[in-house]
Amino acid sequence: MKRLLILGGGTAGTMVANRLSRMLDSSEWRITVVDRSQTHYYQPGFLFIPFGLYTKQDVIKPSRNLFAPGVEFLPATVDVIDTERRQVHLSEPARTLSYDFLVIATGAHIRPDQTPGLLEHEWRRSIHEFYTLEGALALADRLRRWKGGRLVVNVVDNPIKCPVAPLEFLMLADWFFREQGIRERVELTYVTPLSGAFTKPIAAQRLGHLLEEKGIHVVPDFMVERVDPDAKKLIAYDEQEVEYDLLVTVPLNMGDEAIARSGLGDVLNFVPVDKHTFVSPKHPEVFALGDAAALPTSKAGSVAHFAAECFVENFVRYVDGLEMLHKFDGHANCFIESGFGKALLIDFNYDVEPLPGRYPLPGIGPLTLLEESEANHWGKLLFRWVYWHVLLKGESLPLPALMSMAGKWTNGKGGRRYEHVAA
Amino acid sequence: MTTKVLEGYTVEVNEEGFLLSPEQWNEDIARAIAREEGIEELTPQHWQVIRWCRENAVNGRSPTLRQITAGTGLSTKELFALFPKGPAKKVARIAGLGKPEGCV
Ligand SMILES: Cc1cc2nc3c(=O)[nH]c(=O)nc-3n(C[C@H](O)[C@H](O)[C@H](O)COP(=O)(O)OP(=O)(O)OC[C@H]3O[C@@H](n4cnc5c(N)ncnc54)[C@H](O)[C@@H]3O)c2cc1C
Repeated sequence: MKRLLILGGGTAGTMVANRLSRMLDSSEWRITVVDRSQTHYYQPGFLFIPFGLYTKQDVIKPSRNLFAPGVEFLPATVDVIDTERRQVHLSEPARTLSYDFLVIATGAHIRPDQTPGLLEHEWRRSIHEFYTLEGALALADRLRRWKGGRLVVNVVDNPIKCPVAPLEFLMLADWFFREQGIRERVELTYVTPLSGAFTKPIAAQRLGHLLEEKGIHVVPDFMVERVDPDAKKLIAYDEQEVEYDLLVTVPLNMGDEAIARSGLGDVLNFVPVDKHTFVSPKHPEVFALGDAAALPTSKAGSVAHFAAECFVENFVRYVDGLEMLHKFDGHANCFIESGFGKALLIDFNYDVEPLPGRYPLPGIGPLTLLEESEANHWGKLLFRWVYWHVLLKGESLPLPALMSMAGKWTNGKGGRRYEHVAA
Repeated sequence: MTTKVLEGYTVEVNEEGFLLSPEQWNEDIARAIAREEGIEELTPQHWQVIRWCRENAVNGRSPTLRQITAGTGLSTKELFALFPKGPAKKVARIAGLGKPEGCV
């Protein structure tokens, strides 16, 4: 019997386990998933909770029910990975598992402890976050009672999961406070370490106006050093300051401490792997998928999904000593909720930045790339059902895993050609 | 895409003056871009940071500030003193690497 051990039963781990349970011979393979949480979270849904659009029940399910019958689910915490002996030490309950192949899918978590001032007496009072379920619920409670003032959304540093979520939060906040009739009493500000809210040339050109129209201010190039919870201000390394009444922080995102303890991570505990095949350059039987991997693409569920599709096809060849033919291209496909029942959609990969066009059917859509539409909004809402009932089960959507240029407009409206795309 | 002549070398740059191909970079070009950024002289500490970033660039993209501090042993404050106002972006430009970007 050979053992495939999967660490983390979130988006990536669950999809990989369920797919491989169908593809690998169960008389030869034992597939085990370890996760310290017995609840599976639909994290994209956290965005809607602060505005009362989703409840807790909309975003959780017991993990156990999500695995195919051939998958063994073991609730436990990964303590350390011993790549020499090909073993993983678990705690709660303490146990050691051996593996022939290991998939690390332990994701990324927020680390408010990494910025002085966040996790002190004002945490969950005037300082909130929506990257955890508890955080999103606490913020919902706060927003319901809020009378207005300066609301600041700050991204501490990149990379973060779902890099568009902070912008979506602000655009939904604009809508929410208008609905509440207090928009004129609320100032919305986005404070980012990047040079602007949109940094890719074509997206910046097409979407730059959106935030302005919604009255959302942007403070760029702001690298926060600490937060003064009493004076209620963000202080940057270069002494710039931004004052707030209500701070919604996206704290530093890091990989799990178990990765650091095992000596497998970079400075943020993300695991460096080959960007096309996910294999570790140091350990040929170790792979990292999803947010846990250090890859030059977004940390998003859609990336985890496309990556899982490529990975399983490769894996069944790799274990037989065959070449890995499917080269992952960094494909990401993300809805951006923009408020008032509309959303945007972006589709990109390692080499091609988000472009305008139609998706998935060229010329038809119904979804619109880099352009607001109601169809995109319904796509985003429908996605929750698709996630639970199709993607996690390891079923396929009729969409290609690799990005396609079909349907993308590489000519600007005025006939200007986007040269770097044509190459 | 436009081209620009720096110290006699013709290089391709984007609208913000970032080199489009890291291969076109050399130390003379770095000094010229540094002067444009208001850094008259590149000290050994500047070079330490620039070299580390070039060696650790992924996909031609400069490392993040946190990676730079961990990799070079310099503190964030020191980086701000060396490359005032947005060191991540400044180092990227001087080192001939892509600007730190988001996904949109
Ligand atoms: C607010 C928000 C909005 C988002 N919106 C979108 C969106 O619109 N579209 C999109 O595509 N993506 C979105 N995402 C991102 C998406 O949720 C993640 O990219 C995706 O879940 C990554 O999957 P993963 O399997 O890598 O990690 P996860 O799904 O986070 O799973 C990691 C698992 O590992 C377990 N684990 C970690 N460490 C250990 C350990 N030491 N021992 C045992 N178990 C461990 C955890 O319990 C967890 O179950 C959003 C995320 C957030 C937070």
